[in-house]
Amino acid sequence: MFPILKSRIHQGYRTMEFPEGVKLPEKFRGKPFLAAGSTCPENCQSCIEACPTQALIQEGKLKIDLGKCLFCPDCQEACPQNYIQYARDFSLSARKREDLILEMDTETLKKAQSLDKEMKRVLGRSLRLRQVSAGGCNACEADSNVLGTIGWDMGRFGIQFVASPRHADGILLTGPVTQNMKLALLKTYEAIPEPKLVIAVGTCAISGGLFQTHPETCSGVEGILPVDLYIPGCPPHPSSILEGLLTLLGRLV
Amino acid sequence: MTEPLLSKEIINCGSIERESIPSLSIDGLSRHLRESVQNGQRVSALFGIPSLEGEGVEIIALLADDAQGRLWISRTHLQDKRFPSLTPGCPQLHLFERELAEDFGLEPEGHPWLKPVRYPQNPLGGELNQKPASIGIQDFYRVEGEEIHEVAVGPVHAGVIEPGHFRFQCFGEEVFHLEISLGYQHRGIEQALVGGPNQKTLHYLETAAGDTTIGHGTAYCHLLEALTDTEPPLRGQVLRSLALELERLANHIGDMGALSGDVGFLPTASYCGRIRGDFLNMTALLCGNRFGRGVNMPGGVRFDLEDDSLKQLIKMVEIGKQDAKVAIELLWESASVMARFEGTGTLAEKTARQLGLVGPAARASGLSRDIRSDHPAGFYRFTHIPLSSWKTGDVFARAYVRWQEIQQSLHFILEQLHNLPKGPVDSKVSQLKPNQLAVSLVEGWRGEICHLALTDEKGHLSRYKVVDPSFHNWPGLAYSLRNQQISDFPVCNKSFNLSYCGFDL
Repeated sequence: MFPILKSRIHQGYRTMEFPEGVKLPEKFRGKPFLAAGSTCPENCQSCIEACPTQALIQEGKLKIDLGKCLFCPDCQEACPQNYIQYARDFSLSARKREDLILEMDTETLKKAQSLDKEMKRVLGRSLRLRQVSAGGCNACEADSNVLGTIGWDMGRFGIQFVASPRHADGILLTGPVTQNMKLALLKTYEAIPEPKLVIAVGTCAISGGLFQTHPETCSGVEGILPVDLYIPGCPPHPSSILEGLLTLLGRLV
Repeated sequence: MTEPLLSKEIINCGSIERESIPSLSIDGLSRHLRESVQNGQRVSALFGIPSLEGEGVEIIALLADDAQGRLWISRTHLQDKRFPSLTPGCPQLHLFERELAEDFGLEPEGHPWLKPVRYPQNPLGGELNQKPASIGIQDFYRVEGEEIHEVAVGPVHAGVIEPGHFRFQCFGEEVFHLEISLGYQHRGIEQALVGGPNQKTLHYLETAAGDTTIGHGTAYCHLLEALTDTEPPLRGQVLRSLALELERLANHIGDMGALSGDVGFLPTASYCGRIRGDFLNMTALLCGNRFGRGVNMPGGVRFDLEDDSLKQLIKMVEIGKQDAKVAIELLWESASVMARFEGTGTLAEKTARQLGLVGPAARASGLSRDIRSDHPAGFYRFTHIPLSSWKTGDVFARAYVRWQEIQQSLHFILEQLHNLPKGPVDSKVSQLKPNQLAVSLVEGWRGEICHLALTDEKGHLSRYKVVDPSFHNWPGLAYSLRNQQISDFPVCNKSFNLSYCGFDL
């Protein structure tokens, strides 16, 4: 008993304030953007060619699809002018898929809308989620699971992962939805009582990411389940996931 | 009379001409593998590749002689789909042979357990042996008897973990047999690597098993450096090994917490859940990502460690070291924990050896195998991390080996951080050499990560084989459950903590 008490004193109180207490690493890569005053040479395609997931699109202006972005340093390294930088902001969630496609230079992500009044009344103070990994590499899964540890303690906001879909209010989906998991995912969704949410966490779940053209996957959740919240990242930082969930519930003002 | 050459030696992180690999008959290969394994070697990989001659399949085998620190490559050319199975004489081949059968439509005759491995939609050999079975629909091994009952779990489990199906044959609470059926995470990574390297290749390997991003990333970079005769600068090599040890620490500490949670000992479960995050944040200090995405690149590492980050990292490691010690040592003095750990899920040394187990699970059953000391590559050639092992083969042993490794890794990291060599962190890699076979072994936190690559005449990857440590170790979990209480499954499972996606690829 005494060693346990002693250890408890050593470890101290470790739950961080959210979002004020979040400390991001110096090299954290949020949304990539073009530095102010960037004037890309005509016909320069270096960043577009370097991108492993075709997240960069040239449509008059250079655009980035955060739903495909791996937040890797490849485009930044490829830019001969060193124009590409990363924002150090972890708020990256969106309610609509098209909101994740942004102009590279100035456009910032719109703050995601919260659920409607009735849904907030039902779920706002108590959200139970069933996590389904459908081809996820265990990085998104691990950084979702970490929200249950004392550092993040999402339980204090009334959010919890549950073992059975019957006890859940929604699915937190990770992975590009492999063909081999499609049926299990649909059955899990069916087993959740109405009203229910689908939260797509990570680039794979949103667009298929690296695996978007693979016959082994369904290229993400699109067309398989209706999505209420997208949280991009590879994997998203835990603060991005928690911020997305709390925004959805209208708990962050 | 001289003996015909049975195999060619290759070094870890080395490459040889594909044509120089001795080609044996299938019987010759079968005998060679059987005898080598009987003499203490083990099979690191056995895999197929469409034959250069256009017809049939070439099978390549990599044997590891850990005691001597040597690696051997052999091959055979199969014209016929049918061949006498190698598994009856060498049980550790059983999954490799199932994989061959599934990928290339081969029929190993006399294989005792010829079932699907991943249920691929798009197998490597191009054609399916037959219409693919729906995943999970297969004949499970059944124990007959009036009081026998079957428990089916998954693919969706209770916790936040990856999917897989477990089928238990139980007599009351006692498990007679556990069969593990995977494939749910199959994303077609090996198929997609053919024709590379390209912009996607490194990312495929970094996500092969996301919790082992640095392990698989390092294995890939070593392989590319072997195929281009590149030696990364020393500072780059040290930073790479630091990242690999940080990955080991985060995962091992997380496992200690999870093991405590599974026996209901909440102090250590809570502390370690948080301390694991602290170590992930140290990795993020190196590269911006908690899982080490972007640490590695062929030729070295992407990010240097600036002086103030170095100071910060040393401080974080020192604090993490103290926190981990306080949290984990509680376990060994808590009778309620020890009563649940000791004698649970025991895997005898003989079984572990026969199954060809790797990593902490193998070392916990008394086997001495660790790539860092047996077949060192990168910075591990210039340093020595003592091997951690234990004899009892139970959950306690797998936990205790992790604790020893945590201490060794912490010691190594602090030593290197105080003596970080100066200089650049990466060097340029050139075109890949054509017609080569290269091998890369890395001791990831789960054990041996084995990557093999073959290049074509243009220097493109014609085959890339990934063997995650989980491929060797899943059968170990199944065996450890025999004659155990079914309620001990979670703690046994956690004591192995294997990868689903690393297996399914």
